[in-house]
Amino acid sequence: MAEEAGILAFGAYVPQRRLQRAAIFAAHAWFAPALGNVAHGERAIADWDEDSITMAVEAGRDCLGGINRATIASLSLASTTLPFADRQNAGIVKEALNLPDAVGVLDVTGSQRAATSALIQALQATAATRRPQLCLAAERRQARPASEAELLQGDAAAAVLVGHGDVIARLRGSHSVSIDFVDHFRAAGETLDYAWESRWIRDEGQIAILGKTIAEGLKAFGVKPGEIDRLLIPIPHRGVADAVARTAGCRAESIADNLAATIGDSGAAHPLLMLAHALGTARARERLLLVGFGQGCDLLLFETTAAIARTPRRTPVAEALAHGQPDENYLRFLFHRGLLGLERGMRAEAEQKQPGTTLYRHRRAVLGLVGSRDTRTGAVQYPPAEISVHTGEATAGTHEDYPLADRPGRIVSYTTDRLAYSPSPPLFYGVIDFEGGGRMSVEFADAGSESIAVGRTCRMMFRIKAVDELRHFTKYFWKAAPVRRPA
Amino acid sequence: MATGIRDRVAILGMGCARFGERWDAGAEQLMVEAYSEALADAGIGTPQIEAAWLSVAFDAINIGPSGIPLATALRLKDIGVTKVENYCASGTEAFRGAVYAVAAGAADIALALGVEKLKDTGYAGLPVRSRGTTLDMIGVSGSAPGNFAQLAAAYSAEHRVQRADLKRAMAHVSVKSHANGAKNPKAHLRKPIDLDTVLNAPIIAEPLGLYDCCGVSDGAACAIVTTPEIARALGKRELVTVKALQVVASNGWESQASEWNGSYLHTTRVAATRAYAEAGITRPREQLSLLEVHDCFSITELVTMEDLYISEVGRGWTDVLDGTFDADGALPCQLDGGLKCFGHPIGASGLRMLYENYLQLLGRAGPRQRRPAPTLGLSHNLGGMPTQSVSAVAIIGLA
Repeated sequence: MAEEAGILAFGAYVPQRRLQRAAIFAAHAWFAPALGNVAHGERAIADWDEDSITMAVEAGRDCLGGINRATIASLSLASTTLPFADRQNAGIVKEALNLPDAVGVLDVTGSQRAATSALIQALQATAATRRPQLCLAAERRQARPASEAELLQGDAAAAVLVGHGDVIARLRGSHSVSIDFVDHFRAAGETLDYAWESRWIRDEGQIAILGKTIAEGLKAFGVKPGEIDRLLIPIPHRGVADAVARTAGCRAESIADNLAATIGDSGAAHPLLMLAHALGTARARERLLLVGFGQGCDLLLFETTAAIARTPRRTPVAEALAHGQPDENYLRFLFHRGLLGLERGMRAEAEQKQPGTTLYRHRRAVLGLVGSRDTRTGAVQYPPAEISVHTGEATAGTHEDYPLADRPGRIVSYTTDRLAYSPSPPLFYGVIDFEGGGRMSVEFADAGSESIAVGRTCRMMFRIKAVDELRHFTKYFWKAAPVRRPA
Repeated sequence: MATGIRDRVAILGMGCARFGERWDAGAEQLMVEAYSEALADAGIGTPQIEAAWLSVAFDAINIGPSGIPLATALRLKDIGVTKVENYCASGTEAFRGAVYAVAAGAADIALALGVEKLKDTGYAGLPVRSRGTTLDMIGVSGSAPGNFAQLAAAYSAEHRVQRADLKRAMAHVSVKSHANGAKNPKAHLRKPIDLDTVLNAPIIAEPLGLYDCCGVSDGAACAIVTTPEIARALGKRELVTVKALQVVASNGWESQASEWNGSYLHTTRVAATRAYAEAGITRPREQLSLLEVHDCFSITELVTMEDLYISEVGRGWTDVLDGTFDADGALPCQLDGGLKCFGHPIGASGLRMLYENYLQLLGRAGPRQRRPAPTLGLSHNLGGMPTQSVSAVAIIGLA
């Protein structure tokens, strides 16, 4: 049997804080009492130093564990909240993932179905080239305070590696329709959406377009609606998936958890996030119908293979759900989204201009966290250096690249600084030693007094270091996150 | 083989401006204030100064680049003026330049002046500044208290000192310096404080509270140096000479090699060892009369007692609590109030420490004069942070 294109691996990333919808509603009840209808559950929120790029990097790392990164032919990043309008955002992800320069990168944007469209393209590309393609999707959503979207949305990222060979799910077919149905829009240069009436969107848009397209698509794929085991509809509104399933003839029990109660609608990333969640529990020979909705829709029908049972079970979304940290600090959320102008003090005014020349020269060390290893002694150092800090011998050309991002670290010392400016005080930083060598001074991410201690293991995470607010340039670097103690 | 600096250079005169929040004075006024005192003490005129070194750390918010601001303020006519910067150890670095010039025979009389005008930033604490285009991309955006708080954490861990015990020892350091500073008319902070005030102060960077941190001050200090022969020819009867002068800078070993445990200052240990050898000191705790150390934070002073081989490693905190370094203790430290209370105008601090030791050696320290009169004083001037530091140790004494 000829090898078919399909999914080789998947990954996901959900930021650890879960803003309680009741806390959002409590702030707005005086103004928008109707929001009480959706003030249940929680939504994932990116920390101040996370955006669509950093979350995509984490999802990508989750996906690529054990995969030879040199085999990847291309990387796409789907999002409608990319930090740069003209600087390939996927290119920054490529540097952080330490992929070889000889790889194609592409930003895919402009619609909530950007990720499913990119996934279809990638599957077609792999059919032509037979080389793996990495599809990433991430969204750090921005909504106006007191809007329904503010409660329903969530921040997350997901990754799917497609290719040939031992796929865990093969593609049975894909289908797209394009219809300029303007349920909401965001003009170029704007940060907030403008939405039309939700009842019209539900009835004329989601239910009508999806119901019809799914029925047509399944007919074309040669699959009966009742044979779908998991129907993945990334729409958070109550009742929509039920109505779509009914219209298309799919079984009600095939409707997959849309993660609305626990993470929120992560926009363009949501279809891939739901796919990662479903694959985490799927058995062999299940049929998954993945849907992307936005000015039309995309359908992808996957069927899991025996390989999914053979490979070690991975459940990144379930793990993220288990480890969310409830958060009731709505003001902090507003501040981190730039929607509340707190007095930050003069220390926040520090110059953050990034010389492009310096970043280019050091891009592998800065964006890829690549240190150097002395080929004679095996000693590792970061930042990479020409002369060994251990021997002091000035012998040129004896150091080789040594990636550190995926090596665990151990906290040597740390501090809790209440003087230095941080958007999320206090600022935690200190010194870590990497397993296998190398020492580094680091800022800590996702840290609290209860999670940080000398000797604690930490893992490196790609984060925003600072933002040059004068020139609107985001600076990225790696931080160390204390690893949760096993329960 | 190098023979060292011992007794080859004498201090002809010293001066120090009043430290503090000098809203009334700019860098120029502070420099002139310190220099006028030194010049009168030396008994010479400006034309006799043949070379000058200026130390300043935050030049951008201060006097600007180069040695020209010093030459201009003091109207030093047609001589070489060099600006030096080595973090908070800059003051001793300027002194080293002047002393080496005299020892080398390149100048008969040389000037070292340190100045810092810190209170033009608009906020408390040290200004935020760049560490260069490369380190800014990967360095930590921390503060000085945060960096030295790690020293406290590592010291506690290494020597199994309970937090409460260390807090008490650190508080003792600050209470002692406030008591000393109260007797110093030029000091920035002149109010005695009690232990509870220190222990109950807000935390700046765990475990360092407000009173574990030194003052951020404006100020200037100055030394005029020459050879012992010229000093005597100019009528000086009692001479203070340089016994040792050592500066050591980190090469990345602490921050990159995974061998240092964070509980001490490597550069201080090396600089102290070399300085004692240069000065011929074998039993520092008995031979030294007084200490001025870099107490940017209380924990730094405590750990420095070990790094200078005054206290046994791991026992500095008990020596502190025993009162060893109090004004009436066996080896007084910071008789002038130290960085904690005299204040810390960065570029001036190393020279300010030398100024206090100089006054004490000559019996000119007024109500805080140590009796019997000291014969040998050590100053320890530290720059940077524990992970990357510059340590300067200077020992001066009666000839």
